[in-house]
Amino acid sequence: MEQLLQHLVNGLVLGGTYALLGIGLTLIFGLMSVVNFAHGEFYTLGAYAAFAALALAGLPFFAALLAAIAAGALLGALCERALLRPLRGHSIDTIMLVMIGVWIAMQNAELLAWGGVARSIPHPFPTAPLTLGPLNIAPLRLFVVLTAAALIGLAWLLIQKTRLGTAMRATFQDRDTAALMGVPIGRIHTLTFAFGAALAAAAGALLGPVFLAYPSMGDLASLKAFSVVILGGLGNLAGATLGGLLLGVAEELGAGYVSSGYRDAVGFVAIILVLLFRPAGLFARAERIG
Amino acid sequence: MLVVEDLQVEFGGVLALAGVSFSVEPGTITSLIGPNGAGKTTAFNAITGYLRPTRGRVAWQGEPIAGRRPCEIARRGVVRTFQRTSVFPTLSVFDNVRTGLHLRGTAGVWSILGRMPRVSAEERRLAAAADEILTFVGLAHRRDERAGELPYGEQRLVELAVALAARPRLLLLDEPAAGMTGAEKDRLVALIRKIRGDDVTVLVVEHDMRLVMGISQTVIVLNHGRVIAEGAPAEMRAHPEVIRAYLGSSDAPA
Amino acid sequence: MIARAAVALGAVAAVSAPLWVANPYHLHVLIMAGIFTILALSLNLLLGYTGQLSLGHAAFFGIGAYTSALLALRLSWSFWLALPAAALASGLAGWAIGRLALKLRGAYFVLVTISFAGVISLVSINWMDLTNGPLGLPGVPPPTLGPWTLRTKTAYWYLVLAGAALTYLVCHRLVTSRIGRALVALRDNEPLAESVGIDGTRYLVLAAVISAAMAGVAGSLYAHYTRFVSPEVFLFSYTVTMVIMVIAGGQGTLAGPVVGALLFTALPEALREAVAWQWQMLAYGVVLVLFVFFLPRGLVPALNDVRRRAAPSRPPLQ
Repeated sequence: MEQLLQHLVNGLVLGGTYALLGIGLTLIFGLMSVVNFAHGEFYTLGAYAAFAALALAGLPFFAALLAAIAAGALLGALCERALLRPLRGHSIDTIMLVMIGVWIAMQNAELLAWGGVARSIPHPFPTAPLTLGPLNIAPLRLFVVLTAAALIGLAWLLIQKTRLGTAMRATFQDRDTAALMGVPIGRIHTLTFAFGAALAAAAGALLGPVFLAYPSMGDLASLKAFSVVILGGLGNLAGATLGGLLLGVAEELGAGYVSSGYRDAVGFVAIILVLLFRPAGLFARAERIG
Repeated sequence: MLVVEDLQVEFGGVLALAGVSFSVEPGTITSLIGPNGAGKTTAFNAITGYLRPTRGRVAWQGEPIAGRRPCEIARRGVVRTFQRTSVFPTLSVFDNVRTGLHLRGTAGVWSILGRMPRVSAEERRLAAAADEILTFVGLAHRRDERAGELPYGEQRLVELAVALAARPRLLLLDEPAAGMTGAEKDRLVALIRKIRGDDVTVLVVEHDMRLVMGISQTVIVLNHGRVIAEGAPAEMRAHPEVIRAYLGSSDAPA
Repeated sequence: MIARAAVALGAVAAVSAPLWVANPYHLHVLIMAGIFTILALSLNLLLGYTGQLSLGHAAFFGIGAYTSALLALRLSWSFWLALPAAALASGLAGWAIGRLALKLRGAYFVLVTISFAGVISLVSINWMDLTNGPLGLPGVPPPTLGPWTLRTKTAYWYLVLAGAALTYLVCHRLVTSRIGRALVALRDNEPLAESVGIDGTRYLVLAAVISAAMAGVAGSLYAHYTRFVSPEVFLFSYTVTMVIMVIAGGQGTLAGPVVGALLFTALPEALREAVAWQWQMLAYGVVLVLFVFFLPRGLVPALNDVRRRAAPSRPPLQ
């Protein structure tokens, strides 16, 4: 029983970051219809940005997190302006191919910049696990899940409660009307993509210290993000949050009780099964943003 | 003979077709008219398998076809054209028609890979048939040009040629004259008559009333997803329901 | 005319290659180019002719490689039986993907193919009893033909050349047939294709099966050449390379993938001395983006367009 709880807790830690990845991608894929195969690369960027901030510049952890988010947002905005805006209106396949190109380019840029050897990202937390009743949790992981929860909360607030969020929802629900109402469509597109990329980078900065940072870490992250988006339904913020938590828990339980070698397969199998049997996502009746 | 019984199509609470029943006699030209939004194209889509009806039956030559896939329905000899011009844009006009001839070929993977002689013979037959059809619709001079690059009126002829290639026994034409010049429309009328002369039943959706009244034996009028009148063209012109339906909308019968 | 002369010249050069290619390493590069040609042609059948992108094609390649290697190693099957068996195994996987893709198109199909490849890759790493996991399968025997063993690069080059030529022939016959027309029709205008009786489901599955089987053949050839198979065959970089070859070379044409395969095997080798592999992969990413922006249909169709505009009367699509 304790084992189960432990797995659940670990699953929630992972799941929180998966939710961040998923929310970012559900905005980009669900709302903007951009098949962002480079999503995982922003995750990687976040991890390496955190590494640079912590190991090289010696900055405190929060600053490193902010640096990662900023890096993600900036590069995301650049991507959107330079590559996606000229292609707006083109087929979804064309955009998909461009993002594949970005994926390859970014990953190999990371490889060139940082080398292929995995880096350990230093963090300021003590390594001795905290004991809360029957559960053990490393302080780092506790920090990760709390920060993830906070970021998810902030994302929700932004989308549901601010004027920017309303503008985003309006743009992707009915572009022409939004334009007529004075919403700056171009800027909204850039901001949405940048926001999604920033969330992915945050996830990378959070999980990077838990595991290791290496250039191809983004591949799995991308796929898991897609898995979460498909589980939760495209454009569905609540679905992405729940889907992320579900995936994290499922992976931990699978690794713990079935086989740890196949843990990554959970995301793959989820994609295949959901697309086959419930293509609208598991939480299809939950409210869509857009 | 096409028999439609109580056909209903619902989209998210809206009844696009609210129980439509009619039949089309073999060898005739029947027109389906009605104001915009009456459900004409929806009816076409439901009959030819592009929409699944929520209720009702469609039978062609005694066999039920409602809910089947478009390719299966085409195999039974029911072929349709589309409201917005629909060709294979990157292929030549000749290849467009050859594609339409798909069902007339039987070559399977293995005989194709083995280059069996009957495959080459079949290809020659199909090429000849394609040329015949091009001559029939009057596009022989455009044979090798890219379908997507032709002027609009001729693209619609390509569309018609492709549909004819599939050897329909029932041909459903969705607004074939839309966007055509007067001369093109006359050519179209002549073609439709020639097609019917080949013992093909034709069901046409059209807005051009002159054309409709000129070629149809029967006119069926739809409004708000229901049949409101059915009969000979002359009767429909004077029918009070029909006039009311059109006056209530922006397009009045010409 | 120029095209035909070029092809003839190319054929002569190919057949006589071992005579004038002095460096055995260069012959190795040619052999890899041949294997990649088969892969590019197979991917092109799916991407160029049905319009569906499979990013899991390395899975079919890997399944072919493992099947052939395992049959030869564990059951002592001859290469000449193992190869068709590999094609069959990959074809079966292609059938599964094809049937899965029935409801899905575009990005969802891509995701399913990636997921499938991911699962297969994990299986090859974890199912130690079958695949020996990350250690791989060494000592895969080379093909034997009567008293001869095809161990030398020269001998293997002819084998691969034959394989590539056969693959091209299969593609050509398919594409210029009624089936090829059906595939192109489905890609260009699926509702219209269905309206004349073309069964989208059936032809997509067929294309997937044939495409996968060909990739399996490439896998088998690879396995018996390098004589070592490990989970690295499922590396995404193989898929990426294939995709670049098809996109840059020209989808929807037959010459395109061949040109792409030659270009993207020869180019990295030529640049090998000057430029590190990571820079090349980085360049691949940039190249892909550039092609999508400026030459979306690839080199060969662009060249064809230039020719078309120069000489307006051309025979119809054959």
